Amino acid sequence: MHHRFVAGIDLGTTNCALAWSDARREGEPGIHVQDIPQVVNPGEPARLPLLPSFLFIPGEMDFPSGSTALPWDPAPQQIVGELARRRGAENPSRLVASAKSWLSYGAAARTEAILPWGAPPEIPHLSPVEASSAYLDHLRAAFDHDVAAGDAQAGLAEQDILLTVPASFDEAARELTLQAAHAAGLRDVTLLEEPQAAFYAWLDAAGAEWRRQVRVGDLVLVCDVGGGTTDFSLIAVAEQDGDLVLERVAVGEHILLGGDNMDLALARRLQGRLEADGHRVDTFQLQGLWHQSRLAKEALLTDPSTRERPVTLLGRGSRLIGGAISTLLTIDDVSEVLLDGFFPGVGSGEMPARARRLGLQELGLPYAADAAVTRHLARFLSRQAAGGTGVTAPIRRGASGMACPTHVLFNGGVMKAPALRARLVDVLSGWLKGEGFEPVRELASADLDHAVARGAAYYGRARGGRGIRIRSGAPRSYYVGIESAMPAVPGMPAPLKALCVVPFGMEEGTSAAIAGLEFGLVVGEPAEFRFLSSTVRKSDPPGALIEDWGDEIEELDPLEVTLALDGGEDSTIPVTLESRVTEIGTLELWCVARGGTPRWKLELNIRQ
Amino acid sequence: MIPYGRRLKFAFRTFFSILDFSRIPDDVAEAMVKKEEAAAPEEPVAAPSGPDPADRALQVLALFQREGRLVDFLMEDLAAYSDAQIGAAVRDVHAGCRRALERYLSLEPVIDDEEGRPVTVERGTDPARVKVVGNVAGTPPFTGVLRHRGWDATRVELPPLADAGRSILAPAEVEVA
Repeated sequence: MHHRFVAGIDLGTTNCALAWSDARREGEPGIHVQDIPQVVNPGEPARLPLLPSFLFIPGEMDFPSGSTALPWDPAPQQIVGELARRRGAENPSRLVASAKSWLSYGAAARTEAILPWGAPPEIPHLSPVEASSAYLDHLRAAFDHDVAAGDAQAGLAEQDILLTVPASFDEAARELTLQAAHAAGLRDVTLLEEPQAAFYAWLDAAGAEWRRQVRVGDLVLVCDVGGGTTDFSLIAVAEQDGDLVLERVAVGEHILLGGDNMDLALARRLQGRLEADGHRVDTFQLQGLWHQSRLAKEALLTDPSTRERPVTLLGRGSRLIGGAISTLLTIDDVSEVLLDGFFPGVGSGEMPARARRLGLQELGLPYAADAAVTRHLARFLSRQAAGGTGVTAPIRRGASGMACPTHVLFNGGVMKAPALRARLVDVLSGWLKGEGFEPVRELASADLDHAVARGAAYYGRARGGRGIRIRSGAPRSYYVGIESAMPAVPGMPAPLKALCVVPFGMEEGTSAAIAGLEFGLVVGEPAEFRFLSSTVRKSDPPGALIEDWGDEIEELDPLEVTLALDGGEDSTIPVTLESRVTEIGTLELWCVARGGTPRWKLELNIRQ
Repeated sequence: MIPYGRRLKFAFRTFFSILDFSRIPDDVAEAMVKKEEAAAPEEPVAAPSGPDPADRALQVLALFQREGRLVDFLMEDLAAYSDAQIGAAVRDVHAGCRRALERYLSLEPVIDDEEGRPVTVERGTDPARVKVVGNVAGTPPFTGVLRHRGWDATRVELPPLADAGRSILAPAEVEVA
């Protein structure tokens, strides 16, 4: 495997980033963040440090002809990046946004052409996988144009790619992300969890100093609040053979709550204020208000001495001043809406409201019912952080059983605001004090926009032996559903038992045979297995049969297999199951006949 | 091209017409000239219009309109509004135009010094760069007080000109439900 470049790709909900390292450089090759060419305004291409994850499907009246040309494509069929984001604000029915959030939403038909969500049928639609593939394809073309510069061997398709996914992504979402990468021409792709990537970025920045900043027994909470999602992970510092080792010991659920929700909440408050003053704010102006309140919020959060900022919506026609309406965003608004609304000081025992409802109806995604990030954090530390046999490093706990981190590392665009970081540190330290521990220490994170891409590139190099690796393994435990052999009662679903096939923390590159349970499958006929997972149960070994799990195990898309055997049609073959965690970060489940051969791979049936 | 047969006829008629009447027949003259004129106008239309300086000026205005709505502001009648109304709106116009200015141009002061401080204008200074006001008798060098630092555009990076519609500073906007 002689790749010249190692590339880290952050495929984010709101922005994508690309970082790379050249293995052929003499000495210590640095990690470069790549500026990405994209069209910013019609007729105006530019290089920006991020690629907004937006795709616009142009109609006849959207752009003058030839004004969307890219250096590698004079007439793209779809627009990706900054121009898509800007034009999408003016013409939302043709905009595909938040494709990544759709990838993780199991109830949606993720491989079907469902985006733009709610758009009229005459607009060509794409699937979330196709949209994600379009972003990766743009990054590939940008790399090939700027870095490889015509050298086919140096093209991104030939390199070692680390593609990041939220730690909370289930197997189906990871599989779909890989599909999107393959469709964009990227072959050697390994998936890496984003909180781990953020930690690797910190390791890279800290250099050799890192061993002085953390010690054996320390527990680092990685708190990643981005544009669309909130993702928590815990990384423990342990010791092996006299050296410090890192192990990822807990992963949170996928929470659809992020900066976009916060900005919209502020915009709604200002809208209320304007309407109370007698002005009407239509949907177009709400967009403008959203953008303006974000800018005002950033100004208020970065400079604590400013008490208020004016927010003005200019008149839409030529009557700029005559039609203008304005209001003020005060520091109290930011305090109440953001700090108290999204980061309230809560007790460590408070749990978030569980019911998942379709929050923003027009968007269709299951936004978190409870907007309090701190409550989700409390739940994470109490529940997902429950230890188990899959975890070797010790997790520091308080008397109540809650995991008590010693350090916190922030990631994601939302955490750029010092006031929000300070609030989380305060709340966490309050909980730690209640458990009898010292306040939490914040690890310095730099360049929050690119940390994940940089960290992914660093990990790519670390795999080649040039750096330290975080031990992880399967981020959840996975089960296959067995229907119990009770008499069927009409109208009632047969009770289900869950057979553990992948224990939490199962190491990459290992397999586990589930002995003791055989299934008789008919050759030639498709067989379906119900597939479930848990982010909470950590101690179930392979082969354990679980009944009555409450809400600890949730069902995913089913697994499907069709046994193909020459000359064996319609005969029944007894098979056992075998699971494997691959080096690229995916799972494989196999049906194995007695004696070890033949074997058939089960595929996730993601098509609805 | 006029067909051969007709050219033959024209040639003979012209020969005898000049010989006998000292003139070229009108219809022949017209036919020859019209063909030439018809050929000529095609050229300027076919070749792409080169960069006209006026186009760049319009482009800069269009950029300020798109980013800061400067043209809307300049075209509005301010007499009807109070200072507070104008002020609230102008902050946005300023922010947008400033962004555009910084993106497409770099401005540096001509004299990089604090206004109000004494400066010397040397002999040979270009009057386009330094304007001297007050009691300006005699020849440089002059000692005086800096009143305005001046602005010099040290970088101009405009996007490529569009092929068509260069006179459009802002498109009309139609909202479709």
